[in-house]
Amino acid sequence: MNKIIRFIPLILFISLGIILYRGLALNPQALPSALVGQKMPEFVLTQLLKPKVMLTEKDLVGDIKLLNVWGTWCVYCKYEHPYLVDIAQSGRVALYGLNYKDDRDDARQWLKDYQDPYLFSIFDPLGKLGIELGVTAAPETFVIDSKGIIRMKHVGPIDGKVWQEKFLPLIESLEKELVAGTS
Amino acid sequence: MKYLIFTLLFFFVFSTEAWETDTYVFPDEVTETRYKSLVKELRCPKCQNQNLADSNSPIAADLRREVYNLLEQGKSDGEIVGFMVQRYGEFVLYRPQVSSLTYVLWFGPAFLLLIGVMVVVQILRKKPVKKETIVLSDEQKDKLAQILKDK
Repeated sequence: MNKIIRFIPLILFISLGIILYRGLALNPQALPSALVGQKMPEFVLTQLLKPKVMLTEKDLVGDIKLLNVWGTWCVYCKYEHPYLVDIAQSGRVALYGLNYKDDRDDARQWLKDYQDPYLFSIFDPLGKLGIELGVTAAPETFVIDSKGIIRMKHVGPIDGKVWQEKFLPLIESLEKELVAGTS
Repeated sequence: MKYLIFTLLFFFVFSTEAWETDTYVFPDEVTETRYKSLVKELRCPKCQNQNLADSNSPIAADLRREVYNLLEQGKSDGEIVGFMVQRYGEFVLYRPQVSSLTYVLWFGPAFLLLIGVMVVVQILRKKPVKKETIVLSDEQKDKLAQILKDK
């Protein structure tokens, strides 16, 4: 009995070590979004390319919507841009942009230079909608279903791998939901 | 000595709230105190370990402005904290709420301390081992005397 007790500290130490070691592999930047499962927040903001057009959450139409938070100041937005163009061309989802804390002219130039994949971009220079959405930085992408519920938030750039592993499975299940809903 | 005073003065100059770059005007002292305690309590969601007051990241500045606006609207501290948690999750709280997820966090240390106390008590209560009085036989005494003599 005494011998077993002697090993208890060692066992505790090893198990603590294993837990902490596994903690090293976690990504501290990946925060669970508080907004998943909630309705898209309300907003009234202008459209990036048409400053006179006011937009609200009702203008985001489509069965499966992607809202991509971007800015010309954001390095990874440039990286993910070609993928967004591909996604828009696939026509599988409705891709909207949220131009976050940016300059209107710079943003226009960017869309001219690199092609505009968005149905439209919401212009949010002060990050008001950003705060409502719990955006911490760009790029971030929200997946919104046909009822306007946020289903996923992805922090960081989208590329082929992320699209395959994270977005496609969800989009497929959303498409199934749609089919089940209409029949 | 002179240098020491100089160095100390230097630190003093730079330690006086160097982070406060926003120029918010508060209607009264209470609101200002509330603002200061709120931005200290709330964690910057983008930074790993800084509160809103310490961080100079753009998101922290935005959230400070938001805290200020909410205070202006007459929101209570609880409502402001709730506003942040609703959008950024419990991550923004430096003092997480007590829930089944955070029991370990809140009560773990006390539990470990309790174990420690129990172990110490256990050790202290153990009866001390009786000391046997060792008596040398005559023969050994002679031998000892012999050895000491040879030295």
